[in-house]
Amino acid sequence: MAFGDTLEKLDRRWIFLLVALLVLIPLLRPLRLPLAVSGPARNFYEAVEAVPAGSIVVLAGDFDPASAPELVPMTKSVVRHLFRKNVRIIALELWEGGPPLVDAILHDVGDELGKKYGIDYVNLGYKSGREAVMPSFGNSFSRTFPNDYSGTAVSKLPLMREADTFAQTALFVNISAGYPGTKEWVQQVQGRFDVRMVSGSTAVQAPEIYPYLQSGQVVGLLGGMAGAAEYEKSINVPGAATKGMDAQSSAHMFIAFLILLGNAIYFSRRGAARRPS
Amino acid sequence: MMNLLPVVLTAIVGIVVILSFFVPHPYIAEPAQKLQDWAIVIVASGYVLGAANVYKVNGESAIKRQKDWVYKWILLGSMTGMMVVGFFFSGGTQFLNEGSPFKWGYDFLYVPMQATMFSLLAFFIASAAFRAFRIRTVDAALLAVAALVVMIGRVPLGNLFTAAFPEPIQLPTMANWLLEWPQNAAKRGIAIGAGLGVMATGLRIILGIERSHMREEA
Repeated sequence: MAFGDTLEKLDRRWIFLLVALLVLIPLLRPLRLPLAVSGPARNFYEAVEAVPAGSIVVLAGDFDPASAPELVPMTKSVVRHLFRKNVRIIALELWEGGPPLVDAILHDVGDELGKKYGIDYVNLGYKSGREAVMPSFGNSFSRTFPNDYSGTAVSKLPLMREADTFAQTALFVNISAGYPGTKEWVQQVQGRFDVRMVSGSTAVQAPEIYPYLQSGQVVGLLGGMAGAAEYEKSINVPGAATKGMDAQSSAHMFIAFLILLGNAIYFSRRGAARRPS
Repeated sequence: MMNLLPVVLTAIVGIVVILSFFVPHPYIAEPAQKLQDWAIVIVASGYVLGAANVYKVNGESAIKRQKDWVYKWILLGSMTGMMVVGFFFSGGTQFLNEGSPFKWGYDFLYVPMQATMFSLLAFFIASAAFRAFRIRTVDAALLAVAALVVMIGRVPLGNLFTAAFPEPIQLPTMANWLLEWPQNAAKRGIAIGAGLGVMATGLRIILGIERSHMREEA
Protein backbone atom coordinates (compact mmCIF):
# COMPACT_ATOMS: atom_id res chain seq x y z
CA MET A 1 0.00 0.00 0.00
CA ALA A 2 2.73 2.43 1.01
CA PHE A 3 4.50 1.87 -2.30
CA GLY A 4 1.20 2.34 -4.12
CA ASP A 5 0.61 5.59 -2.25
CA THR A 6 4.07 6.83 -3.14
CA LEU A 7 3.48 6.07 -6.82
CA GLU A 8 0.02 7.63 -6.73
CA LYS A 9 1.46 10.88 -5.36
CA LEU A 10 4.49 10.75 -7.67
CA ASP A 11 5.39 14.15 -9.09
CA ARG A 12 4.40 14.04 -12.75
CA ARG A 13 7.74 15.58 -13.71
CA TRP A 14 9.40 12.21 -13.01
CA ILE A 15 7.12 10.69 -15.64
CA PHE A 16 8.01 13.52 -18.03
CA LEU A 17 11.72 12.87 -17.43
CA LEU A 18 11.32 9.14 -18.15
CA VAL A 19 9.37 9.87 -21.35
CA ALA A 20 12.10 12.27 -22.47
CA LEU A 21 14.81 9.68 -21.83
CA LEU A 22 12.87 6.88 -23.51
CA VAL A 23 12.44 9.02 -26.62
CA LEU A 24 15.94 10.47 -26.63
CA ILE A 25 18.04 7.37 -26.03
CA PRO A 26 16.70 5.32 -29.00
CA LEU A 27 17.10 8.39 -31.22
CA LEU A 28 20.76 8.72 -30.21
CA ARG A 29 21.46 4.96 -30.15
CA PRO A 30 19.02 3.25 -32.56
CA LEU A 31 17.89 -0.25 -31.58
CA ARG A 32 17.21 -1.22 -35.22
CA LEU A 33 14.10 -3.22 -34.37
CA PRO A 34 12.71 -5.37 -37.20
CA LEU A 35 9.85 -3.69 -39.04
CA ALA A 36 7.01 -5.49 -40.84
CA VAL A 37 5.13 -3.82 -43.71
CA SER A 38 1.37 -3.79 -43.11
CA GLY A 39 -1.26 -4.47 -45.80
CA PRO A 40 -2.43 -0.86 -46.29
CA ALA A 41 1.20 0.35 -46.61
CA ARG A 42 1.97 -2.43 -49.10
CA ASN A 43 -1.07 -1.40 -51.15
CA PHE A 44 0.12 2.23 -51.12
CA TYR A 45 3.54 1.16 -52.39
CA GLU A 46 2.01 -1.05 -55.09
CA ALA A 47 -0.31 1.76 -56.25
CA VAL A 48 2.69 4.06 -56.73
CA GLU A 49 4.72 1.25 -58.28
CA ALA A 50 1.93 0.68 -60.83
CA VAL A 51 2.11 4.27 -62.14
CA PRO A 52 3.75 4.19 -65.60
CA ALA A 53 6.92 6.22 -66.15
CA GLY A 54 6.22 9.65 -67.63
CA SER A 55 2.78 9.88 -66.05
CA ILE A 56 1.64 12.78 -63.90
CA VAL A 57 0.65 12.40 -60.25
CA VAL A 58 -1.11 15.01 -58.10
CA LEU A 59 0.26 15.35 -54.57
CA ALA A 60 -1.73 17.32 -52.00
CA GLY A 61 0.32 18.05 -48.88
CA ASP A 62 -2.31 19.07 -46.35
CA PHE A 63 -0.33 19.46 -43.15
CA ASP A 64 1.71 21.93 -41.13
CA PRO A 65 4.86 21.78 -38.97
CA ALA A 66 3.01 20.24 -35.98
CA SER A 67 2.76 16.93 -37.85
CA ALA A 68 6.08 17.25 -39.68
CA PRO A 69 7.84 14.38 -37.80
CA GLU A 70 5.21 11.96 -39.12
CA LEU A 71 4.34 13.42 -42.49
CA VAL A 72 7.56 14.97 -43.82
CA PRO A 73 9.42 11.61 -43.94
CA MET A 74 6.34 10.08 -45.58
CA THR A 75 6.11 12.83 -48.21
CA LYS A 76 9.84 12.64 -48.85
CA SER A 77 9.68 8.87 -49.47
CA VAL A 78 6.67 9.17 -51.79
CA VAL A 79 8.30 11.99 -53.79
CA ARG A 80 11.54 9.97 -54.01
CA HIS A 81 9.67 6.88 -55.17
CA LEU A 82 7.76 8.85 -57.83
CA PHE A 83 10.86 10.66 -59.10
CA ARG A 84 12.85 7.42 -59.22
CA LYS A 85 10.13 6.03 -61.50
CA ASN A 86 10.32 9.18 -63.66
CA VAL A 87 6.81 10.15 -62.71
CA ARG A 88 6.08 13.88 -62.74
CA ILE A 89 4.43 15.64 -59.80
CA ILE A 90 1.94 18.49 -59.48
CA ALA A 91 1.78 19.51 -55.81
CA LEU A 92 -0.68 21.72 -53.96
CA GLU A 93 -1.38 22.57 -50.33
CA LEU A 94 -4.60 23.50 -48.52
CA TRP A 95 -3.07 24.18 -45.09
CA GLU A 96 -1.61 27.66 -44.71
CA GLY A 97 1.30 26.48 -42.54
CA GLY A 98 2.56 23.72 -44.81
CA PRO A 99 3.64 25.01 -48.24
CA PRO A 100 7.31 25.69 -47.38
CA LEU A 101 7.67 22.13 -46.04
CA VAL A 102 6.33 20.53 -49.22
CA ASP A 103 8.30 22.95 -51.40
CA ALA A 104 11.55 22.10 -49.57
CA ILE A 105 10.92 18.34 -50.03
CA LEU A 106 10.22 18.71 -53.75
CA HIS A 107 13.36 20.79 -54.31
CA ASP A 108 15.64 18.69 -52.08
CA VAL A 109 14.64 15.32 -53.58
CA GLY A 110 14.25 16.84 -57.06
CA ASP A 111 17.78 18.31 -56.99
CA GLU A 112 19.19 15.02 -55.68
CA LEU A 113 17.62 13.05 -58.54
CA GLY A 114 18.27 15.66 -61.24
CA LYS A 115 14.66 16.79 -61.73
CA LYS A 116 13.78 20.17 -63.24
CA TYR A 117 11.16 22.52 -61.86
CA GLY A 118 8.33 23.19 -64.32
CA ILE A 119 9.14 20.08 -66.36
CA ASP A 120 9.32 17.24 -63.82
CA TYR A 121 7.48 18.89 -60.96
CA VAL A 122 5.44 21.94 -60.08
CA ASN A 123 4.37 23.29 -56.71
CA LEU A 124 1.11 25.19 -57.05
CA GLY A 125 1.35 26.34 -53.43
CA TYR A 126 -1.43 27.27 -51.05
CA LYS A 127 -4.98 28.27 -51.82
CA SER A 128 -7.34 29.41 -49.09
CA GLY A 129 -10.89 28.10 -49.22
CA ARG A 130 -10.26 24.69 -47.70
CA GLU A 131 -12.94 22.20 -48.86
CA ALA A 132 -14.32 24.66 -51.43
CA VAL A 133 -11.02 24.50 -53.36
CA MET A 134 -11.30 20.75 -53.94
CA PRO A 135 -14.14 20.51 -56.50
CA SER A 136 -12.85 23.66 -58.16
CA PHE A 137 -9.41 22.06 -58.51
CA GLY A 138 -11.06 18.91 -59.85
CA ASN A 139 -12.74 20.95 -62.58
CA SER A 140 -9.59 22.79 -63.61
CA PHE A 141 -6.10 22.91 -62.08
CA SER A 142 -5.07 26.09 -63.89
CA ARG A 143 -8.27 27.99 -63.16
CA THR A 144 -8.00 27.24 -59.44
CA PHE A 145 -4.26 27.93 -59.32
CA PRO A 146 -3.47 30.51 -62.05
CA ASN A 147 0.01 30.97 -60.50
CA ASP A 148 2.42 28.57 -58.83
CA TYR A 149 4.01 28.80 -55.36
CA SER A 150 6.47 31.49 -56.40
CA GLY A 151 3.96 33.50 -58.43
CA THR A 152 4.86 32.25 -61.94
CA ALA A 153 1.85 31.92 -64.27
CA VAL A 154 1.13 28.19 -64.67
CA SER A 155 0.66 28.73 -68.42
CA LYS A 156 4.44 29.26 -68.58
CA LEU A 157 5.18 25.88 -66.98
CA PRO A 158 5.47 23.01 -69.52
CA LEU A 159 4.16 20.38 -67.08
CA MET A 160 0.98 22.36 -66.43
CA ARG A 161 0.24 22.47 -70.15
CA GLU A 162 -0.05 18.67 -70.11
CA ALA A 163 -2.56 18.30 -67.27
CA ASP A 164 -5.52 20.40 -66.24
CA THR A 165 -7.86 17.78 -64.80
CA PHE A 166 -7.56 14.51 -62.89
CA ALA A 167 -8.38 12.64 -66.11
CA GLN A 168 -4.87 13.49 -67.33
CA THR A 169 -3.20 12.13 -64.21
CA ALA A 170 -2.45 8.58 -63.04
CA LEU A 171 -2.77 8.83 -59.27
CA PHE A 172 -3.72 11.24 -56.52
CA VAL A 173 -1.59 11.17 -53.36
CA ASN A 174 -2.93 12.99 -50.33
CA ILE A 175 -0.73 13.45 -47.27
CA SER A 176 -2.98 14.84 -44.59
CA ALA A 177 -3.05 15.82 -40.93
CA GLY A 178 -6.76 16.55 -40.52
CA TYR A 179 -9.28 19.00 -41.94
CA PRO A 180 -9.25 19.57 -44.85
CA GLY A 181 -7.65 16.29 -45.83
CA THR A 182 -8.23 12.78 -47.10
CA LYS A 183 -11.84 12.52 -45.91
CA GLU A 184 -12.81 15.72 -47.74
CA TRP A 185 -10.84 14.80 -50.90
CA VAL A 186 -12.76 11.49 -51.00
CA GLN A 187 -16.09 13.23 -50.49
CA GLN A 188 -15.50 16.11 -52.91
CA VAL A 189 -13.23 14.69 -55.59
CA GLN A 190 -12.53 10.93 -55.56
CA GLY A 191 -15.90 9.62 -56.73
CA ARG A 192 -16.92 12.70 -58.67
CA PHE A 193 -13.84 12.78 -60.88
CA ASP A 194 -13.12 9.02 -60.76
CA VAL A 195 -9.71 9.46 -59.15
CA ARG A 196 -7.40 6.63 -58.07
CA MET A 197 -6.31 7.79 -54.66
CA VAL A 198 -3.86 6.86 -51.88
CA SER A 199 -3.52 8.53 -48.51
CA GLY A 200 -0.83 9.14 -45.93
CA SER A 201 -2.04 10.51 -42.63
CA THR A 202 -1.11 11.08 -39.02
CA ALA A 203 -1.60 8.12 -36.69
CA VAL A 204 -4.45 9.96 -34.97
CA GLN A 205 -6.30 10.47 -38.24
CA ALA A 206 -5.60 7.06 -39.82
CA PRO A 207 -8.62 5.24 -38.27
CA GLU A 208 -10.86 7.84 -39.98
CA ILE A 209 -9.57 6.64 -43.35
CA TYR A 210 -10.17 2.91 -42.81
CA PRO A 211 -13.81 2.95 -44.07
CA TYR A 212 -12.62 4.50 -47.35
CA LEU A 213 -9.80 1.99 -47.53
CA GLN A 214 -12.18 -0.92 -47.11
CA SER A 215 -14.58 0.48 -49.72
CA GLY A 216 -11.72 0.89 -52.23
CA GLN A 217 -12.12 4.67 -52.51
CA VAL A 218 -8.62 4.93 -51.05
CA VAL A 219 -6.41 2.12 -52.37
CA GLY A 220 -3.50 2.45 -49.93
CA LEU A 221 -2.84 4.03 -46.56
CA LEU A 222 0.25 5.05 -44.60
CA GLY A 223 -0.72 5.64 -40.97
CA GLY A 224 1.58 7.87 -38.91
CA MET A 225 5.27 7.38 -38.37
CA ALA A 226 4.81 3.60 -38.52
CA GLY A 227 3.35 3.93 -42.03
CA ALA A 228 6.17 6.25 -43.06
CA ALA A 229 8.77 3.79 -41.75
CA GLU A 230 7.06 0.92 -43.58
CA TYR A 231 7.21 2.93 -46.80
CA GLU A 232 10.88 3.73 -46.25
CA LYS A 233 11.44 0.00 -45.90
CA SER A 234 9.43 -0.70 -49.06
CA ILE A 235 11.52 1.69 -51.18
CA ASN A 236 14.67 0.57 -49.37
CA VAL A 237 15.71 4.04 -48.25
CA PRO A 238 15.68 4.16 -44.42
CA GLY A 239 15.17 7.69 -43.14
CA ALA A 240 13.86 9.76 -40.27
CA ALA A 241 10.74 7.62 -39.76
CA THR A 242 12.72 4.39 -39.45
CA LYS A 243 14.91 6.10 -36.86
CA GLY A 244 11.87 7.46 -35.05
CA MET A 245 10.17 4.08 -34.76
CA ASP A 246 12.56 2.92 -32.03
CA ALA A 247 11.70 6.01 -29.98
CA GLN A 248 8.01 5.52 -30.66
CA SER A 249 8.28 1.84 -29.67
CA SER A 250 9.79 2.64 -26.28
CA ALA A 251 7.34 5.51 -25.65
CA HIS A 252 4.34 3.30 -26.53
CA MET A 253 5.62 0.52 -24.27
CA PHE A 254 6.12 2.98 -21.42
CA ILE A 255 2.60 4.39 -21.80
CA ALA A 256 1.18 0.83 -21.87
CA PHE A 257 3.19 0.06 -18.72
CA LEU A 258 1.82 3.21 -17.04
CA ILE A 259 -1.77 2.23 -17.87
CA LEU A 260 -1.20 -1.21 -16.31
CA LEU A 261 0.64 0.19 -13.29
CA GLY A 262 -1.98 2.88 -12.68
CA ASN A 263 -4.71 0.24 -12.73
CA ALA A 264 -2.75 -2.18 -10.52
CA ILE A 265 -2.51 0.58 -7.90
CA TYR A 266 -6.19 1.45 -8.36
CA PHE A 267 -7.36 -2.16 -7.88
CA SER A 268 -5.06 -2.81 -4.92
CA ARG A 269 -6.38 0.32 -3.16
CA ARG A 270 -9.96 -0.59 -3.98
CA GLY A 271 -9.42 -4.11 -2.61
CA ALA A 272 -7.89 -2.72 0.55
CA ALA A 273 -10.77 -0.28 1.00
CA ARG A 274 -13.32 -3.12 0.74
CA ARG A 275 -11.58 -5.31 3.30
CA PRO A 276 -12.98 -4.89 6.84
CA SER A 277 -10.40 -3.18 9.03
CA MET B 1 -38.38 41.02 -48.49
CA MET B 2 -35.29 41.27 -46.27
CA ASN B 3 -36.03 37.81 -44.92
CA LEU B 4 -37.04 36.27 -48.24
CA LEU B 5 -34.00 37.32 -50.28
CA PRO B 6 -31.39 35.35 -48.28
CA VAL B 7 -33.67 32.28 -48.30
CA VAL B 8 -34.11 32.44 -52.09
CA LEU B 9 -30.39 33.04 -52.64
CA THR B 10 -29.49 30.12 -50.35
CA ALA B 11 -31.93 27.86 -52.20
CA ILE B 12 -30.56 28.82 -55.64
CA VAL B 13 -26.92 28.40 -54.59
CA GLY B 14 -27.59 25.09 -52.83
CA ILE B 15 -29.57 23.60 -55.72
CA VAL B 16 -27.01 24.64 -58.36
CA VAL B 17 -24.07 23.23 -56.38
CA ILE B 18 -25.89 19.94 -55.63
CA LEU B 19 -26.96 19.59 -59.27
CA SER B 20 -23.38 20.16 -60.44
CA PHE B 21 -22.42 16.87 -58.74
CA PHE B 22 -24.75 14.98 -61.10
CA VAL B 23 -25.17 17.18 -64.19
CA PRO B 24 -22.00 18.00 -66.15
CA HIS B 25 -23.87 20.25 -68.65
CA PRO B 26 -22.27 23.75 -68.96
CA TYR B 27 -25.58 25.41 -67.97
CA ILE B 28 -25.08 23.91 -64.50
CA ALA B 29 -21.30 23.36 -64.35
CA GLU B 30 -20.34 26.95 -65.25
CA PRO B 31 -22.51 28.70 -62.63
CA ALA B 32 -21.48 26.08 -60.05
CA GLN B 33 -17.79 26.75 -60.80
CA LYS B 34 -18.41 30.49 -60.45
CA LEU B 35 -20.13 29.90 -57.08
CA GLN B 36 -17.20 27.79 -55.92
CA ASP B 37 -14.80 30.60 -56.93
CA TRP B 38 -16.87 33.01 -54.84
CA ALA B 39 -16.83 30.59 -51.91
CA ILE B 40 -13.02 30.52 -52.06
CA VAL B 41 -12.95 34.36 -52.01
CA ILE B 42 -15.38 34.47 -49.07
CA VAL B 43 -13.31 31.96 -47.06
CA ALA B 44 -10.15 33.97 -47.83
CA SER B 45 -11.78 37.16 -46.56
CA GLY B 46 -12.60 35.24 -43.39
CA TYR B 47 -8.89 35.37 -42.55
CA VAL B 48 -9.04 39.20 -42.46
CA LEU B 49 -12.07 38.99 -40.19
CA GLY B 50 -10.28 36.40 -38.05
CA ALA B 51 -7.21 38.61 -37.66
CA ALA B 52 -9.40 41.60 -36.73
CA ASN B 53 -11.16 39.40 -34.18
CA VAL B 54 -7.86 38.34 -32.60
CA TYR B 55 -6.90 42.02 -32.23
CA LYS B 56 -10.28 42.96 -30.78
CA VAL B 57 -10.64 40.11 -28.28
CA ASN B 58 -7.03 40.01 -27.09
CA GLY B 59 -6.40 43.75 -27.43
CA GLU B 60 -9.17 44.62 -24.96
CA SER B 61 -7.95 42.06 -22.40
CA ALA B 62 -4.34 43.16 -22.84
CA ILE B 63 -5.11 46.86 -22.35
CA LYS B 64 -7.33 46.19 -19.31
CA ARG B 65 -4.63 43.91 -17.87
CA GLN B 66 -7.07 41.03 -17.47
CA LYS B 67 -5.97 37.42 -16.84
CA ASP B 68 -2.88 36.39 -18.90
CA TRP B 69 -2.50 39.91 -20.31
CA VAL B 70 1.24 39.41 -20.82
CA TYR B 71 0.64 36.45 -23.14
CA LYS B 72 -1.94 38.47 -25.06
CA TRP B 73 0.61 41.22 -25.66
CA ILE B 74 3.09 38.58 -26.87
CA LEU B 75 0.44 37.17 -29.22
CA LEU B 76 -0.46 40.58 -30.63
CA GLY B 77 3.18 41.63 -30.90
CA SER B 78 4.22 38.41 -32.68
CA MET B 79 1.27 38.55 -35.05
CA THR B 80 1.88 42.19 -35.94
CA GLY B 81 5.61 41.57 -36.26
CA MET B 82 5.20 38.68 -38.69
CA MET B 83 2.65 40.63 -40.74
CA VAL B 84 4.87 43.72 -40.98
CA VAL B 85 7.88 41.56 -41.94
CA GLY B 86 5.80 39.64 -44.49
CA PHE B 87 4.11 42.65 -46.07
CA PHE B 88 6.97 45.16 -46.15
CA PHE B 89 10.38 43.51 -45.72
CA SER B 90 10.20 40.17 -47.55
CA GLY B 91 9.97 41.04 -51.24
CA GLY B 92 6.18 41.24 -51.64
CA THR B 93 4.77 38.07 -53.17
CA GLN B 94 8.20 36.40 -52.80
CA PHE B 95 7.85 36.44 -49.01
CA LEU B 96 8.32 32.65 -48.73
CA ASN B 97 11.51 32.51 -50.81
CA GLU B 98 14.67 31.19 -49.15
CA GLY B 99 16.55 33.97 -47.39
CA SER B 100 13.58 36.29 -46.86
CA PRO B 101 13.04 37.52 -43.28
CA PHE B 102 9.53 36.01 -43.27
CA LYS B 103 10.91 32.60 -44.26
CA TRP B 104 13.47 32.93 -41.46
CA GLY B 105 10.62 33.53 -39.02
CA TYR B 106 8.79 30.50 -40.44
CA ASP B 107 11.84 28.21 -40.22
CA PHE B 108 13.23 29.29 -36.86
CA LEU B 109 10.17 30.46 -34.91
CA TYR B 110 6.94 29.00 -36.30
CA VAL B 111 8.20 25.47 -37.09
CA PRO B 112 9.98 24.85 -33.74
CA MET B 113 7.09 26.33 -31.74
CA GLN B 114 4.49 24.16 -33.48
CA ALA B 115 6.71 21.08 -33.10
CA THR B 116 7.16 21.88 -29.40
CA MET B 117 3.43 22.25 -28.80
CA PHE B 118 2.69 18.94 -30.49
CA SER B 119 5.57 17.15 -28.75
CA LEU B 120 4.21 18.15 -25.34
CA LEU B 121 1.32 15.80 -26.05
CA ALA B 122 3.59 12.79 -25.45
CA PHE B 123 4.30 13.97 -21.90
CA PHE B 124 0.68 14.72 -21.08
CA ILE B 125 -0.55 11.43 -22.55
CA ALA B 126 1.98 9.52 -20.44
CA SER B 127 0.91 11.35 -17.29
CA ALA B 128 -2.79 10.90 -18.12
CA ALA B 129 -2.27 7.19 -18.85
CA PHE B 130 -0.92 6.73 -15.33
CA ARG B 131 -3.44 8.86 -13.46
CA ALA B 132 -6.67 8.97 -15.46
CA PHE B 133 -7.00 5.71 -17.39
CA ARG B 134 -8.82 3.74 -14.69
CA ILE B 135 -10.72 0.56 -15.57
CA ARG B 136 -13.90 1.18 -13.59
CA THR B 137 -16.43 -0.45 -15.96
CA VAL B 138 -16.58 -3.21 -18.59
CA ASP B 139 -16.63 -0.53 -21.32
CA ALA B 140 -13.47 1.02 -19.90
CA ALA B 141 -11.85 -2.44 -19.78
CA LEU B 142 -12.65 -3.04 -23.46
CA LEU B 143 -11.26 0.38 -24.35
CA ALA B 144 -8.08 -0.24 -22.34
CA VAL B 145 -7.46 -3.66 -23.91
CA ALA B 146 -8.06 -2.29 -27.43
CA ALA B 147 -5.78 0.68 -26.73
CA LEU B 148 -2.99 -1.54 -25.42
CA VAL B 149 -3.20 -3.96 -28.36
CA VAL B 150 -3.21 -1.18 -30.99
CA MET B 151 -0.52 0.85 -29.21
CA ILE B 152 1.90 -2.06 -28.90
CA GLY B 153 0.83 -3.81 -32.10
CA ARG B 154 1.62 -0.79 -34.28
CA VAL B 155 5.29 -0.55 -33.23
CA PRO B 156 8.21 -2.91 -33.97
CA LEU B 157 8.55 -3.96 -30.31
CA GLY B 158 5.06 -5.46 -30.41
CA ASN B 159 6.07 -7.33 -33.52
CA LEU B 160 9.16 -8.63 -31.76
CA PHE B 161 7.33 -9.81 -28.61
CA THR B 162 4.84 -12.02 -30.42
CA ALA B 163 6.83 -13.02 -33.52
CA ALA B 164 7.10 -16.62 -32.22
CA PHE B 165 3.32 -17.03 -31.87
CA PRO B 166 0.96 -18.24 -34.64
CA GLU B 167 0.04 -15.30 -36.92
CA PRO B 168 -3.61 -14.87 -35.76
CA ILE B 169 -2.50 -14.15 -32.20
CA GLN B 170 0.44 -11.91 -33.06
CA LEU B 171 -0.04 -8.35 -31.80
CA PRO B 172 0.22 -6.62 -35.23
CA THR B 173 -2.44 -8.99 -36.64
CA MET B 174 -4.74 -8.28 -33.70
CA ALA B 175 -4.13 -4.52 -33.98
CA ASN B 176 -4.96 -4.58 -37.69
CA TRP B 177 -8.08 -6.67 -37.02
CA LEU B 178 -9.27 -4.13 -34.43
CA LEU B 179 -8.67 -1.26 -36.84
CA GLU B 180 -10.25 -2.96 -39.83
CA TRP B 181 -13.37 -4.48 -38.28
CA PRO B 182 -14.76 -3.25 -34.91
CA GLN B 183 -13.30 0.25 -35.33
CA ASN B 184 -14.43 0.45 -38.93
CA ALA B 185 -17.97 -0.70 -38.11
CA ALA B 186 -18.34 1.97 -35.41
CA LYS B 187 -16.76 4.64 -37.58
CA ARG B 188 -19.00 3.78 -40.52
CA GLY B 189 -22.11 3.93 -38.32
CA ILE B 190 -21.10 7.36 -37.07
CA ALA B 191 -20.29 8.54 -40.62
CA ILE B 192 -23.65 7.36 -41.98
CA GLY B 193 -25.50 9.03 -39.10
CA ALA B 194 -23.58 12.28 -39.52
CA GLY B 195 -24.06 12.15 -43.31
CA LEU B 196 -27.81 11.75 -43.00
CA GLY B 197 -27.87 14.60 -40.49
CA VAL B 198 -25.91 16.87 -42.84
CA MET B 199 -28.26 16.00 -45.72
CA ALA B 200 -31.35 16.69 -43.62
CA THR B 201 -29.98 20.00 -42.33
CA GLY B 202 -28.82 21.00 -45.82
CA LEU B 203 -32.26 20.32 -47.27
CA ARG B 204 -33.94 22.24 -44.45
CA ILE B 205 -31.69 25.25 -45.14
CA ILE B 206 -32.18 25.07 -48.92
CA LEU B 207 -35.97 24.82 -48.51
CA GLY B 208 -35.99 27.72 -46.06
CA ILE B 209 -37.34 25.65 -43.16
CA GLU B 210 -34.17 26.11 -41.10
CA ARG B 211 -33.39 29.83 -40.74
CA SER B 212 -31.54 29.98 -37.44
CA HIS B 213 -28.23 30.87 -39.20
CA MET B 214 -29.83 34.13 -40.39
CA ARG B 215 -30.68 35.41 -36.92
CA GLU B 216 -28.18 36.75 -34.45
CA GLU B 217 -30.08 35.44 -31.44
CA ALA B 218 -29.87 31.88 -32.83
